[in-house]
Amino acid sequence: MIPNLVELRSLRVAFDGVQVLHGIDLDVGRGESVGLVGESGCGKSVTWLAALGLLPGKASVTGSVRIEGREICGGSRHVLEEVRGGRIAMIFQDPSSSLNPVIRIGRQITEALAIHRRLHGEAAKTEALRLMDMVGIPDARRRFDLYPHEFSGGQCQRLMIAMALAGQPDLLIADEPTTALDATIQAQILDLLVQLRAETGMAMVFISHDLGAVSQVCERVCAMYAGRIVEQGRMEQLFAEPRHPYTRGLFDAIPRIDGPRQRLIPITGTVPNPKNLPAGCAFSPRCGRAVEACRSDLPNLEPIHDGRRLACHRPVPVVSAPPVRTRTLEAV
Amino acid sequence: MIRFVLTRLLRAVMTIFAVVTFAFVVLRMSGDPAQVMLGPDVPQDAVDAFRKAWGLDQPLWVQYLAYIKSIFSGDFGVSMRDKVSALQLVLERIPATLQLTLPALLLKLLIGIPAGVYAALHRQSFADRGVILLAIFGFTIPSFVMGLLLVLIFSVILGVLPSGGQDTWMHSILPTITMSIGGIGILARFSRSAMIEVMGQPYIRTASAKGLKWSDVVWGHALPNAAVPIVTIVGFMVGSLIAGAVVVESIFSWPGIGRLLVVSVTNRDLAVVQCILLMIAATMVISNLVVDLLYGWLDPRLRAQTAH
Amino acid sequence: MTSALLEANNLVRIYQIRRGLFGKPTPVRAVNGVSIKLMPGETLGIVGESGSGKSTLGRMLLGIDPAQSGEVKFEGKPMAPPGTAEWRALRARMQFVYQDPLAALDRRLTIATQIGEPLNIHKLIPKEHRAARVEELMSAVGLRRDQAGRFPHELSGGQRQRAVIARALASRPRLLVCDEPVSALDVSIQAQVVNMLRDLQEQNRIAMIFISHDLKVVRNIADRVAVMYLGQIVEEASSDVIFHSPRHPYTEALVSSVPVPGKILEGRRILQGEPPNPAKRPSGCAFHPRCPLASDICRTSAPDLRSIGNGRTAACHLVPGETAPVAA
Repeated sequence: MIPNLVELRSLRVAFDGVQVLHGIDLDVGRGESVGLVGESGCGKSVTWLAALGLLPGKASVTGSVRIEGREICGGSRHVLEEVRGGRIAMIFQDPSSSLNPVIRIGRQITEALAIHRRLHGEAAKTEALRLMDMVGIPDARRRFDLYPHEFSGGQCQRLMIAMALAGQPDLLIADEPTTALDATIQAQILDLLVQLRAETGMAMVFISHDLGAVSQVCERVCAMYAGRIVEQGRMEQLFAEPRHPYTRGLFDAIPRIDGPRQRLIPITGTVPNPKNLPAGCAFSPRCGRAVEACRSDLPNLEPIHDGRRLACHRPVPVVSAPPVRTRTLEAV
Repeated sequence: MIRFVLTRLLRAVMTIFAVVTFAFVVLRMSGDPAQVMLGPDVPQDAVDAFRKAWGLDQPLWVQYLAYIKSIFSGDFGVSMRDKVSALQLVLERIPATLQLTLPALLLKLLIGIPAGVYAALHRQSFADRGVILLAIFGFTIPSFVMGLLLVLIFSVILGVLPSGGQDTWMHSILPTITMSIGGIGILARFSRSAMIEVMGQPYIRTASAKGLKWSDVVWGHALPNAAVPIVTIVGFMVGSLIAGAVVVESIFSWPGIGRLLVVSVTNRDLAVVQCILLMIAATMVISNLVVDLLYGWLDPRLRAQTAH
Repeated sequence: MTSALLEANNLVRIYQIRRGLFGKPTPVRAVNGVSIKLMPGETLGIVGESGSGKSTLGRMLLGIDPAQSGEVKFEGKPMAPPGTAEWRALRARMQFVYQDPLAALDRRLTIATQIGEPLNIHKLIPKEHRAARVEELMSAVGLRRDQAGRFPHELSGGQRQRAVIARALASRPRLLVCDEPVSALDVSIQAQVVNMLRDLQEQNRIAMIFISHDLKVVRNIADRVAVMYLGQIVEEASSDVIFHSPRHPYTEALVSSVPVPGKILEGRRILQGEPPNPAKRPSGCAFHPRCPLASDICRTSAPDLRSIGNGRTAACHLVPGETAPVAA
């Protein structure tokens, strides 16, 4: 059997003894695009920073990270440096501060070409210009020697993507790549990511709190809560019929741009402090469906009949019709 | 660009002018050179003759205008004591001072910055704590205490190094160390905090995420960003190359500018003191100017700063 | 007919921006002739991208940012000049809520102290009733009584924003200007705060200016929505109508750029190009370089904001007008 491109097994992370990631099992196939959704602090970014060894020294990471069967978790600096940018590239939330302010854009891209593709001098410049062109930077040749602050936020994200593509990675981790951008620019970047994936065939992990954005680019989605995956399934499946009360709550909380205006349905309470997780299911104190068992027994992430995986003792029942919102605002 | 340099130069000239004026007034109000030079028992007519000869009988503002006029014609006056050109006296002493301050500056840079960077990269480690402790030790102990301590240890107890004078290179060891320790501490502290801040920035994570070697991340991506605060401190140190040795030269009887300044102040040798102060102000101001220009070179964002 | 609570006429704000250390200062029109009318108890949403001038406009409405020309009337009277005693007294009736609650709160004071602060400043109620009022305000925004003694860093982001809102409500304002009040919050918490704002507003008949880049949130909370582009309002209509059938091509693109869960990207209208630099304002209609429908007239002449029927206004040559321009 051909191994998956990336396999995470029981990935755990603790900061100063406080566990923030409680054993993540996740596979990413070749060319596949997986979304990770959840609110801030749920561990969606930490998962991949940990996998690539990019967390600060005080973090302790255990578990297994395999790339095509090869273990890299706890690997030497050399092993990790080869994987980073070469096999797995990463782009981040705030593009303007993710580029080095004192280094010319051209050099930041050619640097990656030198490491992973041994391109130098004119060859590197030509390739960098091609990449800048590919991600939609107009007039690349003239702007090759500019500094990051001379580009807008959207263009900085394009440049980050160009830099990520430089190493011809098999997997691109996009960590909230559109969150800091304006609405019309967000749409452009999402469009660009979809198009690049189609052209290069690379796999993608798209980390976002924006379910709308995730549904534009992902085939499979994992919902995370308090350092665990609570539901995982195909995008259409999960979006049409979320089974975990938390996933369902996330959908309900999003205001809608169409249809009748309704009162929003928030999830009560707040995300628990990782230092002080509730017993049983971490979501139980905020869950309207929780029963006694939820407060004492931790549900495991297990496959259910329709192919998705779910960690819940009392999943939201399946209804054939799309979810109906009950409480409406005044007539509109 | 030219406009920027010109406005800065103008400001620099005005700063020097202010220092010169201040020195002129204060010096003349703080004691009578005639009394000091001639001694207490000299008859009044000798004092009057001395005053007339040096122009001290004129009103203050007349003296001041004459002084400013002579500065612009390159004449910095004549030493009342040695009866030679004040400028010449001062210039003669500069090499001796630089013989101490330049190696000291080099030590500060070569030890302070790497120590700070190392500490920043190994936070909370034994080495980091050691660097912090030594840095605090370095810049809290005044140089006269440090100097005397070193003399006590290396000259008096161990007897391996001379305690004063300028005869051999051995003589410069203790004063150089005394002078550099505080600066090493300050630079180590600043480099450490600047590096810690930079290492936490998203672009450092980006640099690591693209597969750069750790050393390239540190030296190629982090250090250039940490350079601005470090350069500020280094600029200040360069600015005090001439003035920074007053105490140390006195302790180690080193015949440099600092000693000359102390002696001239005691003697109320007006021209010499004024000339030294002018020189000190000029080096400070020039190094400040250079630092400002360096900022723009180090950080492209400052070149295109948007001001309200 | 009731009279407007807040009325702004032709507001202009020009910043002097110097490009580079050595450049000459160039004037930038952050807000370029904006007129707004707000009835008591009404919520006006203002949406736009960065550089649209929406935040500057919000500050100008309260007099925090001075206008180069134009005037603001509050309750029918021209607003007192900022900094004067009358203006400060007026500020008790118009409050501002910022995006970042941590920056808006003093980290050394407990939240109860801070919520009670406006009561002390404006000497609104006798001392002995203040504690009770603070408690009332805290419960109104959904903060527990035992949280009164907490410091800002001991609260979550949502709780901090609740505290900021409670403080803003302390002086029983008639107008609340909220600049991206929920943008920093997680979706589930955002919904809590949005619902709370709606309830408070309906119960107390507070008028609100709600500034946000998030169309979904604005649609949910605002009665009317004004869309800003490069310092100008390009379209204004009731919030149901404007998102359902936008008329201005920019509004249309904005609406279309909102990702809807479960919908695929295809078929959406994605606007090309970046929002232009306010310092280099395009000729004619400021939107024409990005507009898929732009024609010759758009490049040369700037369209006026005019009524297009059903209480809507739009500033576009391609949208047929009803009558003469509304904004003189």
